[in-house]
Amino acid sequence: MKARVLIRPKKGILDPQGKAVERALPALGFDSVRDVRVGRLVELEADDASHLGELCEKLLANPLIEDYEIQEIG
Amino acid sequence: MFGVLQFPGSCDERDALAACERVGEARMVWHEKTSLEGIDAVVVPGGFSYGDYLRAGAIARFAPAMDAVREFAESGGPVLGICNGFQVLCEAGLLPGALLPNDGLRFLCRQVDLEVVSTESAFTRGLEVGDRLSVPVKHMTGRYFAPPGTLDELEARGQVVLRYAPAQNPNGSARDIAGVSNEVGNVVGLMPHPEHAVDPLTGSDDGLKLFAAVAKTAAPA
Repeated sequence: MKARVLIRPKKGILDPQGKAVERALPALGFDSVRDVRVGRLVELEADDASHLGELCEKLLANPLIEDYEIQEIG
Repeated sequence: MFGVLQFPGSCDERDALAACERVGEARMVWHEKTSLEGIDAVVVPGGFSYGDYLRAGAIARFAPAMDAVREFAESGGPVLGICNGFQVLCEAGLLPGALLPNDGLRFLCRQVDLEVVSTESAFTRGLEVGDRLSVPVKHMTGRYFAPPGTLDELEARGQVVLRYAPAQNPNGSARDIAGVSNEVGNVVGLMPHPEHAVDPLTGSDDGLKLFAAVAKTAAPA
């Protein structure tokens, strides 16, 4: 199976990358965009989907500061 | 004997080795080594191990030498993580908390004053609470973070070892924390670079005090 893992800074944690993007947008005329958060996207193929959660906890995300979401994509 | 870990992408290991050699004997330990035999104190140096891929320190924690460091730490051996080394020790779960990108999003390189908060750790023993140390910082991912409850516990147990002096917090670290220890006090991590402050020629030799503190305890009996 193929999967996509989305990793985001946890809610309430200051995300300076997101803030920088948010501050740049009005200069381009995009005035109504708020709460920009920048994270990571990892795509992978695995024979067994049952280990994906553990893999995220141990390596792909740091659960102290990041949330992750696993999406199976076929 | 100090052992200074060397990962692909480390860049401060030579300064760390030179700092250790000012107070004792030291040798480099390649990341593929699985034994720390003969080593009395470990330094996990700064740099960009494994290119900082994924997160700073996330991949280095799986290096073979890190299993040996974990065992060494659990048996009470003194371990100092500097900058990337601090990030590696947090990722490895040997120290509480995590390091996030600086709140200003810039790479910082400047001299800062630190205040000694606890003298219970292996690397601040012999110093005085309130002592000021002038040491450089140079990092992009140095904002110390832990949940507020954890921060309260760290403070209550004396695990906050060093703080940035008032109004000198360079990166948005929680409660101005520059360095923490584990509960026992033998594992210490800090973002500033004591190994770059070991000679008055470069502005300060305050950093040497941390190495000297452990040299006393790491000396062969």
